Amino acid sequence: MSVFQNLWAELVSEFTATFITEQRYLLFLNGLKTTLIVAFAAAALGVVLGFIIAYIRTTHDQTGHLRILNALAKLYLTVIRGTPTMIQLLIMYFVIFGSVKIDKLPVAIMAFGINSGAYVAEIFRSGIMSIPPGQMEAARSLGLNYTQATWKIILPQAVKNVLPALGNEVIVLLKETSISGYIALQDLTKAGDIVRSRTYSAFFPYISVAVIYLVLVLCLEKLLGYMEGRLARSDR
Amino acid sequence: MTDKIIEVRGLKKTYGGEKKRGYKGLTPTLDVLKGIDIDIYRGDVVCLIGPSGCGKSTFLRCLNHLEKPTGGTIKFEGTEVNEAHIDKLRQKMGMVFQHFNLFPHMTVKENLCMAPVMLKLKTREEASQKADELLARVGLSDKANVYPNSLSGGQQQRIAIARALAMDPDVILFDEPTSALDPEMVGEVLALMKELAHTGITMLVVTHEMGFAREVSNRVIFIDEGVIQEDEPPEELFTNPKNPRLKAFLSKML
Repeated sequence: MSVFQNLWAELVSEFTATFITEQRYLLFLNGLKTTLIVAFAAAALGVVLGFIIAYIRTTHDQTGHLRILNALAKLYLTVIRGTPTMIQLLIMYFVIFGSVKIDKLPVAIMAFGINSGAYVAEIFRSGIMSIPPGQMEAARSLGLNYTQATWKIILPQAVKNVLPALGNEVIVLLKETSISGYIALQDLTKAGDIVRSRTYSAFFPYISVAVIYLVLVLCLEKLLGYMEGRLARSDR
Repeated sequence: MTDKIIEVRGLKKTYGGEKKRGYKGLTPTLDVLKGIDIDIYRGDVVCLIGPSGCGKSTFLRCLNHLEKPTGGTIKFEGTEVNEAHIDKLRQKMGMVFQHFNLFPHMTVKENLCMAPVMLKLKTREEASQKADELLARVGLSDKANVYPNSLSGGQQQRIAIARALAMDPDVILFDEPTSALDPEMVGEVLALMKELAHTGITMLVVTHEMGFAREVSNRVIFIDEGVIQEDEPPEELFTNPKNPRLKAFLSKML
C-alpha cells in the first residue's frame, strides 16, 4: 500500500516541478506554439515549392521545354536531399543569415520549408507520373493545350493519389522541427530540455513532450483521413 | 460527296533514332508508316483493317498529332496539321480510344461539358443542354451524375463517344473502340457507331470487327507493312480480295 502511496506522491511532485513551479507550463505552451507555427508554415512553403519543382520537372520530361529551370530543380533536389536537415538549418542561420540580425522563427521556417520542398516535389512528381498517359491524350484530343490538360485533368487526380504520401511528409516535418533548438529557437523539444535542466529530472519533461507530439500526429492523421474520404467520392 | 476533308501525302512515322540515356549513339529505329497517301471525303465512313503492328493505330494517331509524324503532310479542312494550331484542329477532330480514357474525377456530365466550356465554345447552359441530348442519344440519361468508374465498359465507351460528339466535331477517329470490351458489350457500342454513321458524320475506324466494316463503312482500307495495300468499297474488298496479303489476313479473320 505504502509503495503505491510513495509512487503517487513522487509523481505529483514531479508533475508539479515540471509544469507548475515557476509557471513552467508556459514554457511548454510557447514551445508548442513555436513548433506548430514552424511546422505548418514550413509545410505550406514546402508544398508550394514542391509543387513548382514537380511541375517544372514533369513539363520538361513530357514536352522538352524549361531546360534551364529543370537543371536548377535537379540541382536543388540533389543538394537538399544529399545533406542533413540539421546542417541545412545551421547553415541557414549561421552562414546565410549569419551577418544579418533576423528573427530565428522565419529562418527555421525557411530552412524546414526548403528542405521539405525537395521531398514534396518528388511526391508530386510520382503522383503526376502515376496518371495513365491516356488521360493526357484524351484531354489533348478534345483540344485542350498542355497547360489546360495538366491543371484540369492530371493534377486533380495526382493530388488525390499523393495525399497519403503528402500526409506522411507533414508528419515527418512536424517531428523534424524538434532540432530547432540547435539555433536556440525555443520549440516544444527545447522547452522540455530547459525544464529538464532546471529540475534535474529527465523523465517527466521528455515523456510529456513525447506525448504532446504523439497527440499532434494523431490529430493530423484524423484530418488526413477526413480529406482522403472527401476525395474518394469518385471511386466505386 | 467530293468535299475533301482530310488529305494525307507521304506520311511517314519512324520510332526510335533518338539520343537516350543508356544507349550508345541513337536508339534502334522502326519504320511503322512508310509513306501513306489518302484522301478522306466528308461523310466517309472508313474502316482501317490490318494485322496487329501494321501501323493502322499509328496512322490514326498521326492524323491528330497524338503521334508526331516524321515525314509527309496532313491537311485537315484545307489547313496543314502542325504544332502551331493543333489544339484548334483537334476541336473539330474527335477521338475515341480503346480504353475509353474518361476522366474518373468528374461525373459523366462533367466529362461531356468540360472541354466545350473550358475552350469557350459553349456557355455552361448550352453545354449542359447538349450533354443531356447526347446522353439521351446514347441511352444513358440516368447516368449523368455518376462517376465513370461505376459504369460498365460498354457504357463507358458510349459516354466516350458522347464526349467526342459534345465538341460538334466534323470527323471522329475511333481507335479500336471495341477491343477492350467484354464480348456482350461490343454490340451496344457498334450499334451506336452504326447509328452515328447514318447521320453523315465522317468516321475513321480502326477495327477488328469485320462484320461492322462490311456492313457500315463505304471504304475499307487494308494497311500492311506500313503502306496502304487496298482501298476499296467493302463488298469488293471482302468478296473479291486480290492482294495476297489481304487474302491471308482475311482467311485468318473470318
